[in-house]
Parts: sequence; structure tokens; C-alpha cells
Amino acid sequence: MKYMLIMNSPRDGYAQYMKWPRKILEANVAFMQAFSKQLKEAGELVSAEGLASPEQARLVRAGNDGKPITDGVFPESKEFLAGYWIVDVDSPERAFAIAAEASTAPGGAVTAADGRPIEHFWIEVRQIMSSHKDVV
Amino acid sequence: MPSSLDLRVERLVRDLAPQVVGAVVRRFHDFASSEDAVQEALVAAVTQWSRDGIPENPRGWLIQVACRRMTDYVRAETSRRAREAAVVQESGLTVAPGMDGEPALDPDDTLVLLFMCCHPALTPGTAIALTLRAVGGLTTAEIAKAFLVPESTIGQRISRGKQTIKASGIPFRMPGADERRTRLSSVLHVLYLVFSEGYTASAGADLHRTDLSNEAIRLMRELHKLVPDNGDVAGLLALMLLTDARRAARTGSHGELIPLDEQERTLWDRAAIAEGVALASAALSKGAVGEYQLQAAIAAVHDEAARAEETDWPQILALYGMLMRITDNPMVALNHAVAAAMVDGPNAGLALLERLRDDHRLRGHHRLDAVRAHLLERAGDYGAAVESYRAAAAKTTSVPERNYLMSRAARVQET
Repeated sequence: MKYMLIMNSPRDGYAQYMKWPRKILEANVAFMQAFSKQLKEAGELVSAEGLASPEQARLVRAGNDGKPITDGVFPESKEFLAGYWIVDVDSPERAFAIAAEASTAPGGAVTAADGRPIEHFWIEVRQIMSSHKDVV
Repeated sequence: MPSSLDLRVERLVRDLAPQVVGAVVRRFHDFASSEDAVQEALVAAVTQWSRDGIPENPRGWLIQVACRRMTDYVRAETSRRAREAAVVQESGLTVAPGMDGEPALDPDDTLVLLFMCCHPALTPGTAIALTLRAVGGLTTAEIAKAFLVPESTIGQRISRGKQTIKASGIPFRMPGADERRTRLSSVLHVLYLVFSEGYTASAGADLHRTDLSNEAIRLMRELHKLVPDNGDVAGLLALMLLTDARRAARTGSHGELIPLDEQERTLWDRAAIAEGVALASAALSKGAVGEYQLQAAIAAVHDEAARAEETDWPQILALYGMLMRITDNPMVALNHAVAAAMVDGPNAGLALLERLRDDHRLRGHHRLDAVRAHLLERAGDYGAAVESYRAAAAKTTSVPERNYLMSRAARVQET
């Protein structure tokens, strides 16, 4: 069964990311690379992608003439998709274990309003629908 | 469109694969590398035979090519070790002399290989990939395509599976009589999983698509040939044939699911049904009746009804009753409730469902809601039926099933 492990970023997440100290930045990159390699070697990785900064995102729809109309980023959005992993595993528990490990990426710790550091960030785990029918 | 020679080559290569793996493993005593060498030989055979024709002794050809690869590998490995240690050491591998001679073939090799690849020490995903390659003769690319994952992912699963086999010291040998029973049940489980994975609802299937259901049936046939007297093996083969026989009728022109009672039964594969029924009857007469035989018997009763109204529901109800005595699988209890509803009316079925309400194994599963929805619809409680159909649609992880449940809800609401 396939799951998408989703990393969301708060609106100012990218700006914060740009300001990370070099040590954390390097540790984060090293962690992400090692993590993908480990999933690949376990035969569990389907794909993994990181998304470019929302600054570059555009809203697009077709106008009445069918041609694309573009707009800037939705100002009201509080969160953006930062990246995801798609894994193929034998059980939901295994998908949760992978997500928990991903959440320990260096630099991911969030500081609460009262200045208290929150250990790890949340990863959203969603099952991917299949085109198969269960055998009754 | 592949030519008939291409198809013959592919079929032949796949049929020969497990025997070739067996012969090479016997000679080199190294399952992991031998299987890799055979895979290379199979790929070479497909290219060469499709171009030049099938050689006179195709099995000998494959064994020879695979052995040559193994010899190259052993030499490289030996000299690598020699370089590293500056001493020629006993590598644990032996280069057998007389490559021209054909190693002894053992018809049981396929069975030994199945036992090895479906070993309970391997996770299901690993066992499936390894079985399809080593026993089914599929390429890594074909397996990856069938499971919609990258080729490297399947490659890793296979090599990790081999590491597990090596680490657990699982020998390439027929397990003892008392162990065979449990080992055979994991083989059947893996082949059943392959079959279900291939039970696709997609319309207009690509002819080149690796068909996992067909592959599972082919491997089950091989297994049945090797252990013809085993009732579980015959039962599972019958179940696969009887289920697969409805393939053409199961989906509409847009890939939408068509439930059993609305299927165009003239589209069912009569030959597969006849074969399945014969196997199921023979299996049932062989004494100890297991889960697969009973499931096959139920599928046979469905398949033998020319029209849905002619289905012998009392017999199906009795069979589910027997099944419930040997398994506490809640899915069986659900189907039992459906059968009870067909015999004694929807309220009898709904009463049985109440007992399953608190079964934690069904929590979050769409089937309980789906069955309840059908029974409520039949009982005329349309409002509650719509609600249950939608609850089921929200829970299923299958796109065709969700579409079916949503359109059913919409249809009931409009009545």
C-alpha cells in the first residue's frame, strides 16, 4: 500500500529556512539525502520531491476564451506544501514509523509562541487510492 | 503488438525459469548470485530467441548462459578477494568443471524455490517480488511496472530478500514433512496476494501490461502439478479460476465496477468456470476441508447460476456457516450476513451486522458500511442507505469502488 508523507510549511517557513545557520542547514541536507537513500535501499521509496518557494507559485485557471489567466499566490493561505515522500509499504504502521523518522530532520523543530521549542514537526500521512478492487 | 514468436519465447522463458534457477543453484550453492545470473540469461534469451528463433534445447541454452555468467562472477570474485587479501583464499564458491554438461534437473526444484521465496521470514512485499522474479521469470522492470513503483525499488526488495534468506540460513532444500504444511500455507498466501493485486478494475487493459492475476494462476497451476493431492492448493487454484472467470463482466466500458448480481453473465469465461468447478468438487471430496476449498465452493455456486435470481443462496449460506467455524475473519462474517439476507430477508442480515459493529478489525473499513448500505436499500430504508453508502465511499481506498459507492448513493437518493 502506498502512502504520501506530506511536509507542510507555515507561510513564513521558507523565509525562516533561508535564515538557518549553516550548521543546521548542512545537517538538514545531509539528513534528507541519507533518509531518501535509506528508503530507496529498503525498497520502499516510490518518489520524493521538494517544492520551490511559494514566492514562485502561481494560481492558474482558464479564462472564458480557454486561455490561462494567472494570479499571484493566495494571500490568505497559512500553509504551503513544502515537499513529500511517496512510500510503498506493507502496513500503515510502517508508514507511520517512516513519517516519525522524517519528522526528526534537523532544523525542523518549531518554537511555540511562548518560546518553548517543540521537538519535531508534524508530517501528514495520507494513503494513496488504488485503482484496484478488493477481492471479495 | 508482439508477434506470436515473441509471445512463445516469453512464455517458454517464464516456464523454464524456476528449473534453470534450481539447476544453477545446485551447481554453485549460491542462491543470490545464481538467481541474478539466470535473470541475465532470461533477458538475453528473450532478445536473441525473438530474433533468431528458439534453440533446439532452450533449457540447456539458458543453463549454459547462466552458468557462464556465474563462472565469470566467481572468477572476478575470487581474484578480487585474492587482490584484497594478497592470498588466494577458499571463496566458498566452486567453479564446477565441464560447463558443457547439463546439471541434473529436479522437477521438485520449482517447489523448493517457491518455499524459499515465500519463506515466512520475508515480508509479503519482498516475498512477492522475489517469487515473481525467481519462480515467475519476470524481469525486475516488469514487476516494477505491475506494482507502479520504480525499478530500483523492486531491485532493492529482491536483493534485501536474498540477504534475509542468506542471514536466516534458509537452505535450498525441500523442507521436512512436518514443516511443509506451514510453509505451503505461506506459499499460497503469497500467490493469493499476487492474484488480488492483479485483480484490476481498469478497462481497456494494455496488452503488454504484466498481468498479475494470470501470473498467479500460472504459478498455481505449476504448484498444483507438483502437489496434485493437496486440497488447499486445488482449492486456491479453483478460487482464482472461478473469480477470474468473471473478469470481462466485472467492469463497464468506462472501467466502472459492476456488482455480481448485475453482471452480464454471458461474458463469463465458461471454460475457466468448468475447470474451476471440477477442481473445487475434487478438492472438496478429498476429506479435510480448508478455507480455500470453501471459498472456491462458494464462487462455484455463484458461477453456476445462469441468472442472479437462480443463485442457490441457501447453499451459499450453509458454506459460509462452515467457513465461519474454521476462521474468525470478520470479512467472512460480513459475507455470511449478506447470504443470510438473501435467504431470510434484509432484516436478518442487518441483525447479523449489528454483532460486527464493535469488531475493532472492521473499524474504519468500508465493507461493513457498504454491506449495511445494500441491505438498508433492500429493506427500503433509503435515507439510511444513502448515508451508509457515503460513509463507505469516504473509507474505501480504491478509486473504482469509491465511484461505485458514490453513484449508488446518488441513485438511491433519486428514487
